[in-house]
Amino acid sequence: MNKIRLIIEREYMTRVRRKSFLLTTLVVPLVIVAFYAIIIAVSISGDTKTQNLAVLDEGNLFEGAITAAGKDDKSTYTFIQNETEQSFKSKYKKEGYSLFLYIPAFKDGEIPHIKLHSQSAVNLFVKSALEKKINAAIERKRLVAAHIDPELYKNIKADVDIENAIDSGAGEKKSIAGVAYAISFIAGILIYMILLIYGTMVMRGVMEEKTNRIAEVIVSSAKPFQLMLGKIIGIGAVGLTQFAIWIVVMGVLQFIIPLLFPEIFSQLSDPAVTNAAAQSVNSQKIADIIEGIQSLPITLIIFSFLFYFLGGYLMYAALFAAIGSVVSEDQQEAQQLVFPVMMPLILGFVIMTKAINDPDSGLAVFGSLFPLTSPIVMMGRITYGVPWWQLGLSMVMLVLTFLFFTWVTAKIYRTGILLYGKKVTWKEMWKWLVRKG
Amino acid sequence: MQHILNVEHLKKYFATQKAVDDVSFSIEQGAIFGMLGPNGAGKTTLLRMITGIFFPDSGTITFEGKKFDPVNDIIRIGYMPEERGLYKKMKIGEQALYLARLKGLSKAEALEKIKFWFQRLEMESWWNKKVQDLSKGMSQKLQFVTTVLHEPALIILDEPFSGLDPVNANLIKDEIFRLAKNGSTIIFSTHRMEQVEEICDHIILINKGSKILDGTVKNVKQEFKENIFQVGFEVKPATIGSNSIFDVTGEKDQSLLLKIHDGYKPHDVLQYLLASQHEIVSFNEILPSLNDIFIRLVEGTPMARAFQSA
Repeated sequence: MNKIRLIIEREYMTRVRRKSFLLTTLVVPLVIVAFYAIIIAVSISGDTKTQNLAVLDEGNLFEGAITAAGKDDKSTYTFIQNETEQSFKSKYKKEGYSLFLYIPAFKDGEIPHIKLHSQSAVNLFVKSALEKKINAAIERKRLVAAHIDPELYKNIKADVDIENAIDSGAGEKKSIAGVAYAISFIAGILIYMILLIYGTMVMRGVMEEKTNRIAEVIVSSAKPFQLMLGKIIGIGAVGLTQFAIWIVVMGVLQFIIPLLFPEIFSQLSDPAVTNAAAQSVNSQKIADIIEGIQSLPITLIIFSFLFYFLGGYLMYAALFAAIGSVVSEDQQEAQQLVFPVMMPLILGFVIMTKAINDPDSGLAVFGSLFPLTSPIVMMGRITYGVPWWQLGLSMVMLVLTFLFFTWVTAKIYRTGILLYGKKVTWKEMWKWLVRKG
Repeated sequence: MQHILNVEHLKKYFATQKAVDDVSFSIEQGAIFGMLGPNGAGKTTLLRMITGIFFPDSGTITFEGKKFDPVNDIIRIGYMPEERGLYKKMKIGEQALYLARLKGLSKAEALEKIKFWFQRLEMESWWNKKVQDLSKGMSQKLQFVTTVLHEPALIILDEPFSGLDPVNANLIKDEIFRLAKNGSTIIFSTHRMEQVEEICDHIILINKGSKILDGTVKNVKQEFKENIFQVGFEVKPATIGSNSIFDVTGEKDQSLLLKIHDGYKPHDVLQYLLASQHEIVSFNEILPSLNDIFIRLVEGTPMARAFQSA
């Protein structure tokens, strides 16, 4: 036990102290947050607050209908006369307008092609706010033309929003399919990436020990099984550390960035912008998303994530360690052997993308029970609520498979790690496996 | 004297060959024991069984009077494999510390011993260097230190001098003698015969998985001697030729090499030579070198072993 602890410590410390570890650990959250910040910045960029809008309304239908939305909307809407689209297009900037809206005359009540001229791409919020105004004006005119009282119409109009209630376990819960979908997808991808990245890290570690010929020195001090387990656990701990740091750093960055770049976030809190945003995104939806997240079984999701991370990692790390132990220096040989291990991983990923759309299909249920794919696929189903027996069976099978693979790998590893310069065939590996002792 | 290691009827068969086939020997406490054999004779497999890396198919290993128990006994053994291995990217001090602690030393003990050995072999300045920055000879020295650091009762060195310059080879050789004098037993595996003659007390010769020779260096040489004597003369005689007592098998400068016939003794040769009135300045027996014995025994068998079907 003491030896395993020493080996874990070495595997962990040598990796954590590497410059590349520090770099990826710090750079990845920075990149993610920067990406996120750029998206926000781009989507709200442009002069949203005060637009000087020139409107050329050839049909004279919208005078008075397109105006500022409220007292927070400081944009001006100027209706111009005696101009054509072509003639004014080249002038509006010089005359002090930032945007030029061209509404051709209506022919037979049909809505013409409306154009918004600008110097650069128009902000989404501005565009949708304008569309909303024009739509409302047209609707109103049509209602009047049809002798319908607009107030009456407003009362008649329906706008339903279906709520999905899941009746399982502790009473009724609200669920928002979109939120469940996103969280499932992210969790599934994360598990897939973890298995792939840290699995291959284990493989490379074993190969390094083999090519450096240190393996023989170590196994004259510790059992091969201790060396293998120490490596797997050590690298797993590196992975957990990296995730913990990522979560902390991202949390801190989200807190710090608004302080560093207040202008971006002051725009977000600007009522004109949020109004526009709310009009297009529908403020009810944001509340729904928050409610949806709250309604998800968060504890269960986090527990399952950790369980499938550990179980899946231990299982795949054992397989990758076995491969590392049988290949000699040849990288190409390693790739050939890695392929059969990669297949179920990729298969799991594919089933997961199907499972998040149809979490109770036969394929999804199979994928979430079959141990080689279950860590990925079950994460894709977990947010939708999985019957307890399936979850339990899946976990038990995963643990049993992990134990079986560790036992198998230990046998291959013990022989493979001391074998140099010879290509190992599947048949030989099978012999090592069934051999006694 | 007490035997630190007893190996009896050890066998290890791999799928394609009999790597070790019924080998028995014993090693006395404090001896420097030479294990010789051509490439592929089965030395490494034998050593791996003694170090607990492989389990024998049959046969017993007795270590310090008890049945060999790999889990507990390997900390009493230091093994330097022929294929040297160190973590290339790990700092030298940390690496020595890690390997020593794996052998069961506490951190404080290990640090103290590392300090002692690093000072002794003038390696103190290496502490923060990485193995990949060391020359081959330097990493060889480091490997030796990590092998003997935990003061094992049995030290197994597989080709310890390969890659070392004469100065460092002598340094290591002196350390081996010192360790043996302090009570450690040393198994020294090699195919370099001149080193064996110089260092070892007792040797065995392994070929094709079987032991074909066992004895002290002195006894082995006696066993294989061919009764050849070198006689030095003041003036090289032209008249002495083969006769009933001896054959002249060669000459060198002022001396003749004589092979004494069965039934005669060196005394008879001297009497004959004295009677012939030639001035003799030296008379000594030429014993075969281990190299000659080795070649004679192994010759005729293919060096690289033919693979047998299982």
